[in-house]
Amino acid sequence: MGTLVVLGALLTLWTAPAGAQDDNETVVGGTIRIRAAEPDKENTPVEGVEITISTIDGTEVGTAVTDETGAWRLVLPDGGEYIAELDQSTLPEGVPLRDPERATLDFNINAGSSRNVLFPLGEIVGPESDTIQIVQLTIDGIKLGMIIAMSAIGLSLIYGTTGLVNFAHGEMVTFGAMTAYILSQYGLLGGLIGGDFAIQLIIAGLLTFVLAAVAGGLFNELVWKRLRKRGASLISMLVVSIGFSIMFRYIMLFQFGGRVRRYRDYQIQDTIDLKYFSITPKDIFIIVFSTIILIGVGLALQRTRIGKAMRAVADNRDLAESSGIDVEKVIRTVWIAGGGLAGIGGVLFGLTETVGWEMGFRLLLLMFAGVTLGGLGTAYGALLGSLVVGVFIQTSTLFIPTDMKNVGALLILAVILLIRPQGLLGRAERIG
Amino acid sequence: MDWGGILDNTLRGLIGEQFIYFALAAIGLNIHFGYAGLLNFGQAVFMAAGAYGLSIMVVTYDWSFWAGVGMGLIVFPAVLALILGVPTLRLRADYLAIVTIATAEMFRLIARSPRYDWLTGSSDGHGGFATRFYELSPFDPGERYFFGLFIGNQFFVVLVGWAALVVVVTLVWALIRSPWGRVLKAIREDEDAARSLGKNAYFYKMQALMLGGMIGALGGMLRAIGTQSAQPQNFITDVTFFAWVALILGGAGKIMGPVVGAALLYGLINFTDGLLRQLVEEGFISESVMDGTQVGQVRFLLIGVGLVALAALRPQGLFGNKEEMALDDR
Repeated sequence: MGTLVVLGALLTLWTAPAGAQDDNETVVGGTIRIRAAEPDKENTPVEGVEITISTIDGTEVGTAVTDETGAWRLVLPDGGEYIAELDQSTLPEGVPLRDPERATLDFNINAGSSRNVLFPLGEIVGPESDTIQIVQLTIDGIKLGMIIAMSAIGLSLIYGTTGLVNFAHGEMVTFGAMTAYILSQYGLLGGLIGGDFAIQLIIAGLLTFVLAAVAGGLFNELVWKRLRKRGASLISMLVVSIGFSIMFRYIMLFQFGGRVRRYRDYQIQDTIDLKYFSITPKDIFIIVFSTIILIGVGLALQRTRIGKAMRAVADNRDLAESSGIDVEKVIRTVWIAGGGLAGIGGVLFGLTETVGWEMGFRLLLLMFAGVTLGGLGTAYGALLGSLVVGVFIQTSTLFIPTDMKNVGALLILAVILLIRPQGLLGRAERIG
Repeated sequence: MDWGGILDNTLRGLIGEQFIYFALAAIGLNIHFGYAGLLNFGQAVFMAAGAYGLSIMVVTYDWSFWAGVGMGLIVFPAVLALILGVPTLRLRADYLAIVTIATAEMFRLIARSPRYDWLTGSSDGHGGFATRFYELSPFDPGERYFFGLFIGNQFFVVLVGWAALVVVVTLVWALIRSPWGRVLKAIREDEDAARSLGKNAYFYKMQALMLGGMIGALGGMLRAIGTQSAQPQNFITDVTFFAWVALILGGAGKIMGPVVGAALLYGLINFTDGLLRQLVEEGFISESVMDGTQVGQVRFLLIGVGLVALAALRPQGLFGNKEEMALDDR
């Protein structure tokens, strides 16, 4: 993640190994430095870190210690496969490896050549707040907020037009991510008959949008329309949606297993270092693309007939119906559009993190927080609330451990209900 | 096919520990939803309050077992009910649903975080807090009891659980017949009417949330004692849904509804589980269709299907009375 690059100290190994180089020697080496938060400042070398090299069968070759410039080197007896192990206890306090599992690395070296081994360092533990971090976290937060917003618009509009809190909306997100995964891995037919028909992720994403929209439409047609016709109460519909949520989730677990996956495309990218933050090309794409989509959704709601009808039905269903709006058609459109957007949200979420069977359910709780914050049932509220939640989650990692960042979002939920239960953009009315 | 094994398993589901834990959780939900109309989708966190209330007091703070039981049954769930209830009980029913499900997940994340390892034991949780309980057991841990269905310690938990069930059911029955219960039902039927008669709906709902939470905490605590561990993954959101299925299956708003529902649910789950496992082992279901680990996932799938089918087709539950209380009421 981009955050880690700016936040983190990197153990950098230079292309030319430190120290004099003898043509006949087989040398492994490198430099360990804490990368400065600001690009134009000097990196800080780390002195006294021990790296032990042993052969593949476990015989120790020697130990190198970094000098005051952070450099270390070790002459090896011969070419071949070796294991480099960094002694983590020799790292300074508060400067851990980025991935503690990777303190031990295998490498191959040719006789008479030199090579570097990379141990990336992770986030500095402890307070190191400055504007750069806040800018970086805000950018990351906007990206997360956009993804939440895209997925949550459907949730909010479905609530607004039908009164249903759709707990299965998270699974619509997972559906999108999984569909794109299958398409980009096996292709349209490959999922059924096997073989390699992989589709490029962007095309797969577009196909996913269509498929997720169709799925949303079908879900409405086969389940919710019938329940509405039978006059089922909102509470029993809510319980039905929870049932579907569990069912879909475990069907996906059953089919794909508990392992998380990554898309084949755009997985490894170099970060672009801008002055105040760094970002990968795919993250730029995610932010730009979702901005376009969300502006498009906003314009559609504001300008088109069906968009106006949606807002009218969400505002007051009876009034809308009596003014001649075909409410069922509006609801159908909301499900189709909401399904498609949730699917795309899933693809983007899978692109920034990983694709897994539980991803949608995790996102659902954040969607709830965003939608409630913005005002349940309003389209723009979902947008605004989701952005706030996304930025809040990321910036809160300045103060709380990363594995608890979602707790902050859920806290917002409770607080907003206490002080402004109708949400930021909701209409003040008694909702109790 | 080992039909005897499947039968044993099914019987254990009908009357065993799992049934007891979830019957208690569902009785708590019945007070919330069946009598007070509160949509609590975070019963798992009340169960966790019972389990962790005991384990934190005993393991982290070295209190005695009985003091831990008191904290886990009364203090932890009461505080939790305040946290959940204060922001939501004045709002429409679905807000409580959203907040409870979110809070349950929030506390699970906190309990799992390495940051609070000193307090909760993070993802490994706590163990060894129930020694005092098993010291009281008159049964030989090595022997099998009750037609060989339970081993000694297990049988002790089951007996204590049944006693607790009898006490709780009697208590709920008496409370619901009392003026307090009648007010609660009046609020469920028409909150405005109850308010216009001078009843403070907010406080009654809060009391119901606390009481139901405490009963759920009892279920969670017994579960922690029975498994001798309090772990975050024992209180995932799906646990709440198991209790909901038990409640709706038996019929909300009936005293015995959740008890019958939980027995049927676990009888059914254990039966299908055992049957599928046998079928996979004997090769009637090929590995390509389903393997051993996937059998465990089928039960969750069935829970989902069950919730959908019940809520859509028979909202009053198998034995419920549509006039008294159905999911479809409001």
